[in-house]
Amino acid sequence: MSQRADTYTRSLFSSPKILNNVVVRYLLMILLVFVFFGLILLISGKDPIQSYKDIFTSTLGSAYGFSEIIVAMIPMLITALAVAFPWRAGLINIGGEGQLYIGAAFATWGALTFQDLPAWILLPLMMLLGMLGGALWAFIPGYLKAIGLVNETITTLLLNSVAPKIVGFLIFGFWHSAMDTVKTANFVPAALLPTFFGTRIHLGFIIALVLLALFWFVMKYTRWGLEMRAIGGNPQAARRNGIPLKGYLIVVMCIGGAIAGLAGMSQVSGFYGVLLLNFSMGLGFMGFLISWLAGGQPIGILLMSFVVAIITTGGNLLQLTRDLPYAVINILLAFTLFIVLARPKFFERKKT
Amino acid sequence: MSLLAILGVLSSAIFSGISLLYTTLGEIIDERAGIINLGLEGVLLVSASSGFAVTFVSGNPYLGVSVAMLVGGLMNMILGYLVINRQANQLASGLTLMFFGFGLSALIGKPYVGAKIDGLPRIPLPGISDLPTLYTSLFSFDILIYLAIPVAILVWWLLFRTRWGLGLRAVGENAETAFASGRNPRLIRYQALFTGGLLAGLGAAHLSIAYTMTWAEYMTAGRGFIAVALVIFSRWHPMQAIAGALIFSGAVAFQLLLQSSGVEISPLLLDTIPYVLTLLVLIAWGGNRKQSAPASLGRVFYGSE
Repeated sequence: MSQRADTYTRSLFSSPKILNNVVVRYLLMILLVFVFFGLILLISGKDPIQSYKDIFTSTLGSAYGFSEIIVAMIPMLITALAVAFPWRAGLINIGGEGQLYIGAAFATWGALTFQDLPAWILLPLMMLLGMLGGALWAFIPGYLKAIGLVNETITTLLLNSVAPKIVGFLIFGFWHSAMDTVKTANFVPAALLPTFFGTRIHLGFIIALVLLALFWFVMKYTRWGLEMRAIGGNPQAARRNGIPLKGYLIVVMCIGGAIAGLAGMSQVSGFYGVLLLNFSMGLGFMGFLISWLAGGQPIGILLMSFVVAIITTGGNLLQLTRDLPYAVINILLAFTLFIVLARPKFFERKKT
Repeated sequence: MSLLAILGVLSSAIFSGISLLYTTLGEIIDERAGIINLGLEGVLLVSASSGFAVTFVSGNPYLGVSVAMLVGGLMNMILGYLVINRQANQLASGLTLMFFGFGLSALIGKPYVGAKIDGLPRIPLPGISDLPTLYTSLFSFDILIYLAIPVAILVWWLLFRTRWGLGLRAVGENAETAFASGRNPRLIRYQALFTGGLLAGLGAAHLSIAYTMTWAEYMTAGRGFIAVALVIFSRWHPMQAIAGALIFSGAVAFQLLLQSSGVEISPLLLDTIPYVLTLLVLIAWGGNRKQSAPASLGRVFYGSE
């Protein structure tokens, strides 16, 4: 399957003729999604047309709305990369969620301990701590996989459920503020990522774009990228060609974890400004889905995150104006993903 | 600590563990047929909310339980269509199903947040009726609790003692070979998913209709993932799933006991016990794992075309 998804997205950018077809195909898919979700809205007694209008005017229709999309995209981009990177070496990292939490916890520790440092030292320190936390959390599955004990899919999945509880323990036990037991005290200004243009877009966006470019460059132009792809293609062949398989598996997994940890850091430092109990609510899983649907390709990740961000940002508004629970937006999201996953027959590309 | 307190802890541990046993049994059937269902969390939520809604509206908890089961089966059919017919990736499809469940259950359950129902009637354990009511009320269980272990045995019998179960496990081990020997992997996988969904629905029904008797958004709180972990822990075997569910219940009981005796230990850390134990068990097995996991778990059957 992964190979199929690979060629699928690659063909997207090579020939303009296919591009046209793809655009048409995606438009049809989106239409289908809107019809489905419209039916759900209709059944629950809401006006679908008005709801859609609300979603789009509030997100794409205003500068502020657009900035909110970018804000929502940041963690998705980074966590998607945390999946895409190990995937190239054939590792399936569903553990972005857990790595993100531990990264956030490490960064928070930095923010609470070194409050007096100036921002230009504190922020890089928090980033490093976040990456360290995520990497440590990913080291466990990476190591267990490398020595051939346990499959990384299972381990990362299990560790996902452990991490938020450890973070909860730290908040309840040690870090909670005097006012509120479910979150830490607000970070000092020096521990907050700078924001731009008076919106909530923070430095995390730049970090995400840099990481994306770096990922593309490493995969395409460096020896490491080539060796990783070799491992992903056929681990035994790679090993016999002298690639240090075990070391690679561990390091690649840790890098994936470090990226996810950075996503956690950017959420607490750039978005919330505080460490909250259960703050992620599936961002890591979302990253996995985005990465999968994008075939692990940088441009695809950018596009998919954009689409998903429109939906989730629109969901906030649906809750405010249409009196629906926020979670309902997950239905729209799931329909979108269902259709991409199912790729109905009449959307199927020609066999190449 | 009084005997009564200990018995109380036992009773609530049983109540909280039962839904997990049913769910785990369901997931065992799915995975034995070669399909890993990561959307279990969503399936549980939709089953729990719809079962609760039906019970509230009709006043009949048995109808609610039946609807919850049916809904569980139908939710799994969505996964079936994606991974069997469309040959989509199982992990991604499962996670999408989970998000779908978050949304759909919130929508179904919204009018019923805070509503109260009577729930399944509770029957005291036989032979304790002459004890003080304080005790009998602790050990009055609903029918789903009494049925849990028989159902586990039934699942074991279905999987290991019937032709259907043999075919199902054959598909989970190697769909191509099963196909070559005259089985229909697609049909069998659909059947497995539907049966697994019924059981997951039963677990969800116990949670919302018999145990808590309320509906709250995201009330399952990770039980779907615990069940996925317990399936591995129990080595894809229904009888060992009982042990797995007991360990979960034990962790809950331990937590309550510590709290009531004033020991300061975070319940959050105790919540991690099922996952950490599963991880340790996996490490302890090492290479032997290959003998117990269905060999084609997660693989797509492309058919003969």
